[in-house]
Amino acid sequence: MSEPEEAIVSHTFSVLVDNEPGVLARVIGLFSSRGYNIDSLTVSETEHEKHVSRITVVSSATPMVLTQIRAQFERLVPVHKVRDLSNTERPLERELALIKVAGAGDARVEALRLADAFRATVIDATVNHFVFEITGRTSKINQFVALMEPLGLVEVARTGIAALSRGPKGIFDD
Amino acid sequence: MSTGEPLNGAQIVLRALADQNVEHLFGYPGGAVLPIYDEIVQQDKVKHVLVRHEQGAGHAAEGYARSTGKPGVVLVTSGPGATNMVTALADAMMDSIPLVCLTGQVATQLIGNDAFQECDTVGITRQCTKHNWLVRDVNDLARIIHEAFYVATNGRPGPVVVDIPKDVQFAMGNYVGPHKIRHNTYHPKVKGDMEAIRQAVDMLADAKKPLFYTGGGVINSGPEASHLLRELVQLTGHPITSTLMGLGAYPASDKQWLGMLGMHGTYEANMAMYECDLMFCIGARFDDRITGRVDAFSPNSKKIHVDIDASSINKNIQVDLPIVGDVAHVLEDFLRIWRDRAHMPDKAASKVWWSEIDEWRARDCLKFKPNKDVIMPQYAIQRLYENCKGRETFVTTEVGQHQMWAAQFFHFDEPNHWMTSGGLGTMGYGMPAAIGVQMAHPDALVVDIAGDASILMNMQELSTAVQHKLPVKIFILNNQYMGMVRQWQQLLHGNRLSETYMESLPDFVKLAEAYGARGIRVEKPDDLDEAIKEMIEVDMPVLFDCRVANLANCFPMIPSGQPHNKMLLGEEVSDDDVGSAISDEGKVLV
Repeated sequence: MSEPEEAIVSHTFSVLVDNEPGVLARVIGLFSSRGYNIDSLTVSETEHEKHVSRITVVSSATPMVLTQIRAQFERLVPVHKVRDLSNTERPLERELALIKVAGAGDARVEALRLADAFRATVIDATVNHFVFEITGRTSKINQFVALMEPLGLVEVARTGIAALSRGPKGIFDD
Repeated sequence: MSTGEPLNGAQIVLRALADQNVEHLFGYPGGAVLPIYDEIVQQDKVKHVLVRHEQGAGHAAEGYARSTGKPGVVLVTSGPGATNMVTALADAMMDSIPLVCLTGQVATQLIGNDAFQECDTVGITRQCTKHNWLVRDVNDLARIIHEAFYVATNGRPGPVVVDIPKDVQFAMGNYVGPHKIRHNTYHPKVKGDMEAIRQAVDMLADAKKPLFYTGGGVINSGPEASHLLRELVQLTGHPITSTLMGLGAYPASDKQWLGMLGMHGTYEANMAMYECDLMFCIGARFDDRITGRVDAFSPNSKKIHVDIDASSINKNIQVDLPIVGDVAHVLEDFLRIWRDRAHMPDKAASKVWWSEIDEWRARDCLKFKPNKDVIMPQYAIQRLYENCKGRETFVTTEVGQHQMWAAQFFHFDEPNHWMTSGGLGTMGYGMPAAIGVQMAHPDALVVDIAGDASILMNMQELSTAVQHKLPVKIFILNNQYMGMVRQWQQLLHGNRLSETYMESLPDFVKLAEAYGARGIRVEKPDDLDEAIKEMIEVDMPVLFDCRVANLANCFPMIPSGQPHNKMLLGEEVSDDDVGSAISDEGKVLV
């Protein structure tokens, strides 16, 4: 227990909060005031009647700091439940991206062919552009964006990671 | 519970405060709180204490809270009223002081329009409060105020802000009483894990050189926690030290007490921290003034850490056994198991450990050179202490050398009698805090041990003390320097004194008289006792200008970046030692 663990690892936290004004600012303020990294942050209301939102945060830090992050979340007053999804297993993680590619000729054909291979769908097109929608793990999206780069990539919008634990249990079934 | 008769927002505020048993409210009026002030003047359950600057209201409420165990309550207006409170909120946040701060806000339809005296109060105070609320609907007002009291006082205590727009103060709405409220999310754990407590009992029973290291958490947990701590320490016979914030939880007059630890703690306390084999940390948080160099912190000890805040565990120092829970609850369980198992202290080991400690004690680390002509600041505190003995005395401080001398030379036997700004280190804390303490304890002796620089930061509050007939005693150790800053310039910056000489200090005696208080000046050691007696006897606020040796420094000291066993002792240290005590690495640590 006493040897310092210096390795930086990435963990995904799921946080259920009361969807009250300023709750996202509290979470962001916690990270900025204590100097923690935010690699990805998503938030949306998930239980409308109860005004509960789920925040998914990916952060990279030493294991000691990751434990701190969890404890710091738990001190926030509007937090119902915090779970470090990466604690025991690799959680299910997905991201959605919209990717605009413009071009003509071979590059355009190649972009469409690759999109097909990555199971990206075309949601907008003219004769000289496509907008692709792609869902998957962050690494898959990174790879697809890199492939589009020489083929006329214009811009990218990404949602950040949504994550759940594997298996039948929910966040309250620890 | 609905009241039957409709109330407006301002009436709801006063009703809620009364139902929360608030007796004193520290505040300052302004445009955005006029409806609430209009209700204040029409009732007599809650007594309002008018200050001279909102920061003063905040610190007064802190002193009130710290000396009573009840939350301190503040009311200020929007904009500058709220921003002036920020320092006090940050101070209360760092020292875990329960404060409920009500702020006025511009009317809801004006929010965001840069209206007169508008500021984003919940945005500005989000990082220096435990929680805050902007009340947009008068029907939420009572519930939010009751929740605010609940959050401020439960779990690790702290400050909260309730921001109330002016139109909400006028609007008619429903009142609910405090007993109707069950918080949706916030339910801190107070009972410690029993298995962990059993393990702690075993660890303490096996230890040869155990040490109790306690902090402000014991005091926050309430008088029962201090009582249980005394029982535990005396039952085991082991030594105990405490942080600045924890002074008084264990009686300083007891032989097991090693004095305060940390940067200006005693040699014996710090050496015991370094050499112990079991550190039992109770309600303290391993902050950097305590640990010194982290990688050389108490290298041979197993560490148990009891804290109500899980985020304090393993934040700075990795511990072997964390116990998350309230001090009183955990100690109660601990003592029961300890007694059930009929553990007896290991007398032989204890004898060896105490003989080591006695050797450190024999260094007499607080020794200073007496002086017949000039008052030594340490001597001044000693005489103050002797003259206050036998009276119920509360001490507050400002921040600096005088604060450390007060901690070293004024001895506390009871909790809640020592109010100081520990975490944030707020100069200007002491006088308003003393006002808050005196408000809560009208018959007690309340002394603010101050420095000549700090006291000027909230000098205006002397007017508050005079108005409310609060006979606080402001005991200024006047060395005409910002002494602690100067000491660090000597240590770190080749004795180049930059902006630390107070060239144009006021005449404190005349200043006191200008405010309608009493001023006393003393320059000779022989006159000190008489003057202190006079200060105590006078039934009015006193500014006591105690002229002390200008260049005295505060020792012993752990230079920053050094471990506990590398203390500088005042009597033994040379100017060269002082100049070279801090390495380049240590210089950045403050």
